[in-house]
Amino acid sequence: MADLAVRVGTLALRNPFLLASGIWGESGESLAGAWAAGAGGVITKSIGSEPRKGYPNPTIETYPDGSLLNAMGLPNPGIDEYPREVEVARARGATVIGSVFGADAAEFARLATRLAASGIAALELNLSCPHAEGYGTEVGSDPADVEEIVRAVVREVRIPVIAKITPNSPDPAALAAAAERGGAAAVSAINTVRGLAIDTSLRRPVLAHGMGGLSGPAIKPVGLACVWQIYDRVAIPVIGVGGIATAEDALEYVFAGARALEVGTAVTQSGVAVFGRLAEGLSRRLDELGYSSVAAAVGAAHPARA
Amino acid sequence: MRTVVRVTERVVETPSTVTLRFPYPGPAAPGQFVMIWFPGDDELPMSLSYTEGASKGVTIKAMGTTSRNVQELAVGATVGLRGPYGNRFDLSARRVLVVGGGSGAAVLAPAAERAAAQGTRVTVALGATQSAELLFRHRFEEMGARVEVATDDGSEGTKGFVTSVAERLLTAERFDAVWTCGPEIMMQKVAVAAGALGVPVFCSVERHMKCALGLCDACALGPYHVCVDGPVFPAERLLPLAEFGRSHRDPSGRRVPFGAR
Repeated sequence: MADLAVRVGTLALRNPFLLASGIWGESGESLAGAWAAGAGGVITKSIGSEPRKGYPNPTIETYPDGSLLNAMGLPNPGIDEYPREVEVARARGATVIGSVFGADAAEFARLATRLAASGIAALELNLSCPHAEGYGTEVGSDPADVEEIVRAVVREVRIPVIAKITPNSPDPAALAAAAERGGAAAVSAINTVRGLAIDTSLRRPVLAHGMGGLSGPAIKPVGLACVWQIYDRVAIPVIGVGGIATAEDALEYVFAGARALEVGTAVTQSGVAVFGRLAEGLSRRLDELGYSSVAAAVGAAHPARA
Repeated sequence: MRTVVRVTERVVETPSTVTLRFPYPGPAAPGQFVMIWFPGDDELPMSLSYTEGASKGVTIKAMGTTSRNVQELAVGATVGLRGPYGNRFDLSARRVLVVGGGSGAAVLAPAAERAAAQGTRVTVALGATQSAELLFRHRFEEMGARVEVATDDGSEGTKGFVTSVAERLLTAERFDAVWTCGPEIMMQKVAVAAGALGVPVFCSVERHMKCALGLCDACALGPYHVCVDGPVFPAERLLPLAEFGRSHRDPSGRRVPFGAR
């Protein structure tokens, strides 16, 4: 049996499949449920300084292939209340990875310090929220911002810091390189792809917010391309995200350079039972192909590195 | 997938509730809900109050701004629909006690209707603030159910909570199942009373919803997600939960006690 345990920097995971941020992560019981179903770790909702209701509904549009377009608007209970949810999940043994979002480096650093105190094993930075100063842009689309934010957070916490990279930028690999310079232990790629849905009979966007983020099978090729380019560009581990629903999807990401994987939209189709199936399926495929571990297969589709 | 339809009928049921009917072909079962979109306003989860045939319906209680706006929608107004979502009432019981509080009767009426048509003996304990607010009272009677009433102000039937009517019926008669929907504290009391007599209870519960696909966690209730694991739950799954009858989550995910604003 291939060894599914992986290390992402100093973060040890029993298997590479993480519950992606935004899915099931509002309550500690839900995080614990995903862990009990076999996830290698669970990532919290992105937590901000204040409670946020998020955007009004409709917040989601569905597509026949299982892809989703969402504009939830970062709903979360806020940093004062959320640590109790982490404690519920940790009490059930879950490896909990925090996620925070802020408008600038100082806010990210404050939130990181507070969430780290709840005993999370690592921290992912959601770099996809609107920039406090850059009108309409995202903090994560400028390499200089990414480097500054990561550096500010790494200075404050001792746990591994993961920068989640947006694909809505001309050069995601440059963002990953900036995160590496800032001291990130890993990068995760990709966040959702900007998208829009219009109801033609109503002549208006479906989502209340207008623009949304696309996830699920439709973005797998985009995620694979980003992971591939990031793997070529940085030395730190890459966590693959985007349309992973089967062990074959997972293996594609591993071969592209991912050491761990995040699963979100696939939970719609089959619930968190998908985690057990993914782990079992990946182990079987690695055995068939003669790999003794996930680590041995990371980046295998790339030409030999010099 | 979303369908945009026009409202074909608007019925004022009680001073605080309005039914909207619309064409929505395809199967739906009593207990299920739709996400109904009022373009330019909000999209809300609503249990179907009419599940049979091509014309479905929802019955809306005036609560916040959106529900008040929605009640004013005219015939011909457009709404978006997705679903139906969620599980359904198990209609196999032969003798059913239906306990509805306020607008909770909206989801119970189609279940009782289908059950009565199959020959189930249906008894209804129906509660409301006042006589005029007794939702679907005549609908229950027309399907052949016996209806016992409680009102907060004593304007009709037993003065006080419907739970006392339910408890009286439970001790006097034999039932194979209880279906209940209404204020959660009411459902909790019914569940405890019927549970003590060994009668299985099924509760249709409500939580804030966003995706309705089991993803976003807005409707988390203990280990469950109301949108996919519910909205109908056997009471024995709910009674052990610290939240049942006590707290829900606001749109940000904060735990809020029932009754708090």
